[in-house]
Amino acid sequence: MKAVEVDNLTKRFGQFVAVDQVSLSVEQGEIFGFLGPNGAGKSTTIRILCGLLSPTSGRATVNGFDVAAQSEQVKQNIGYMSQKFSLYDDLAVEENIEFFGGIYGVPAAEREERKRYVMRMAGLEDKGGMPTRLLPGGWKQRLALGCAVLHRPPILFLDEPTSGVDPIARREFWDLIYQFSEAGQTVFVTTHYMEEAEYCHRLALMYRGKVIALGTPQELKRQAGLPSMEQVFVEMIEREEAGA
Amino acid sequence: MNRNAWRRTAAVARKEFLHILRDTRSLVLALALPLVLLLFFGYALSLDVDRIPTLVYDQDGSPQSRTLVERFRGSRFFDILGQVDGYGEIERRIDRGEVLLGVVIGDDYSSDLAQVRPAQVQLLLDGSDSNTASIALGYAESVVQLHGLELLAEARNLKAGRTRAAAVEPRLRVWYNESLESRNYIVPGLIAVILMIIASLLTSLTIAREWESGTMEQLLSTPVRPFELALGKLSAYFVLGLADTLIAIGAGTLIFGVPLRGSLLFLFATSCVFTFGALSWGILISAVTRSQLLASQVGMVTSFLPAFLLSGFVYAIENMPAVIQVVTHIVPARYFVAMLKGIFLKGVGPAVLWTELFFLAVYGVVVFAATTRKLRQKLA
Ligand SMILES: Nc1ncnc2c1ncn2[C@@H]1O[C@H](COP(=O)(O)OP(=O)(O)O)[C@@H](O)[C@H]1O
Ligand SMILES: [Mg+2]
Repeated sequence: MKAVEVDNLTKRFGQFVAVDQVSLSVEQGEIFGFLGPNGAGKSTTIRILCGLLSPTSGRATVNGFDVAAQSEQVKQNIGYMSQKFSLYDDLAVEENIEFFGGIYGVPAAEREERKRYVMRMAGLEDKGGMPTRLLPGGWKQRLALGCAVLHRPPILFLDEPTSGVDPIARREFWDLIYQFSEAGQTVFVTTHYMEEAEYCHRLALMYRGKVIALGTPQELKRQAGLPSMEQVFVEMIEREEAGA
Repeated sequence: MNRNAWRRTAAVARKEFLHILRDTRSLVLALALPLVLLLFFGYALSLDVDRIPTLVYDQDGSPQSRTLVERFRGSRFFDILGQVDGYGEIERRIDRGEVLLGVVIGDDYSSDLAQVRPAQVQLLLDGSDSNTASIALGYAESVVQLHGLELLAEARNLKAGRTRAAAVEPRLRVWYNESLESRNYIVPGLIAVILMIIASLLTSLTIAREWESGTMEQLLSTPVRPFELALGKLSAYFVLGLADTLIAIGAGTLIFGVPLRGSLLFLFATSCVFTFGALSWGILISAVTRSQLLASQVGMVTSFLPAFLLSGFVYAIENMPAVIQVVTHIVPARYFVAMLKGIFLKGVGPAVLWTELFFLAVYGVVVFAATTRKLRQKLA
């Protein structure tokens, strides 16, 4: 079974087509990147996959569950980190973790251990009582990631998890993504940093709601005959513009 | 509910409670507001009842009856416009709104007193503004009763002086217009208004805040169900709502001296049912508007105004135009005001008030269900 299967997915907001007949599939344990400029439709696609928006047409499954018809099961199987930081600023670090542990239904016996794991992972072992609002950006992102994986979801959706974070914190964040992938979790991640594109196992380039290229970073560079993802990206968009 | 559902609901309740505790300013406001509003409205509404225009019809014309009239004249609350010699003029001038109170002393007043029979003073009141009327009645009753005590004390002194005078123990009775049976008293009504305002103010921000900060999107991606989210939030605010209820009831009875004739337990149970509905209303507004600013404005307009104007608290419902009277039936505060007055002043219980209680319960369940439905919707 594929981790994510998307078939001719379309989402319209009124007349505007935000996601245009997108088809793709993601293997279990894969790090799948979604690359594209602002407004390309990356977040909209992820939201549909998380059951937050209904598709206008087409179909998608996550871990075998239909996102439109079985959103309850989908939600049991995913961890989602939205584009906007979305923990509770007024709660302490530990309180945020405990809250998400509760709503993800982490069994009481495991809760303490999972909490310690997340705090270690985020490098916040001695900051449990600190109000979340006082954390520096990189720590916040890792805490948000930690809260999204408390229940060991098989599939993780990360929407621009590293935006606005310094390069070192970004690198550390990607180390965590690799750890999840090695442990067998599937990671579906969007970004607009070209260097991060290189870290993904496979990539989809998205532009104006359409997937305009799909493959491993090596494949994409070889097909275009260009040495960097940045150049591939620009080339693909120019071709798309010329064709349109 | 299965174990996970409980766990999720409890997590939401706990988290919401932490929000309440962390936001010290709102917490202090939420707890101080009932007292402030009660004092403010309690005084604002009673202060304007002063120098009540009064007519006196003294059929007795005895020194005893003149003393009683002097007591009215001496009080700053009454303005004696004149003496009349018939009911007709009192009636006419009450109808024209020139006079609020008529004091009628029967021709057997002094002879009753002399023969140790209960002497009666009739008070005629303009009941159209029941609020003012009830205050005027309160003042008039106290003037008459004080005078009764005065006479009693005098009689006792005479006895102590062994002058052989018969003990005079006048029992003055007050009569008032039939229409005043449904008179309104301020404080019980005020408690309803205050609870309605606070409950919807408290909760109207709770979901809107989650939409604005982006945490709602996060919540919708988790297994937490709309019902659990609404119930969890409601429970946290319920604790605060009940604290406010107790403060309002306490202040009403202790500061304003409103008698609580009915059962405290029933009063509390009723308040719980009403608070549940009012809190649900606030959460519904929050879920619909998704904006804190809009939610607080809509919350104010839809809770304060109907509770204040249409509940029978300030303006008697039977004096409203027919159309408005129909509208009042969907104002939950109307039923709560009626129940509070019944419990406080008449001492009645569930046997009399069950229809009101039933409506409040239905209102709460319907609004809560609507909230759950609204939360089930997707992002767009
Ligand atoms: N709820 C919505 N209503 C209307 N338009 C929307 C909505 N959400 C997104 N859009 C539009 O859809 C397009 C794609 O948005 P998005 O998926 O957020 O892009 P990306 O994440 O790639 O930057 C944008 O033009 C955006 O304005
Ligand atoms: Mg986006």
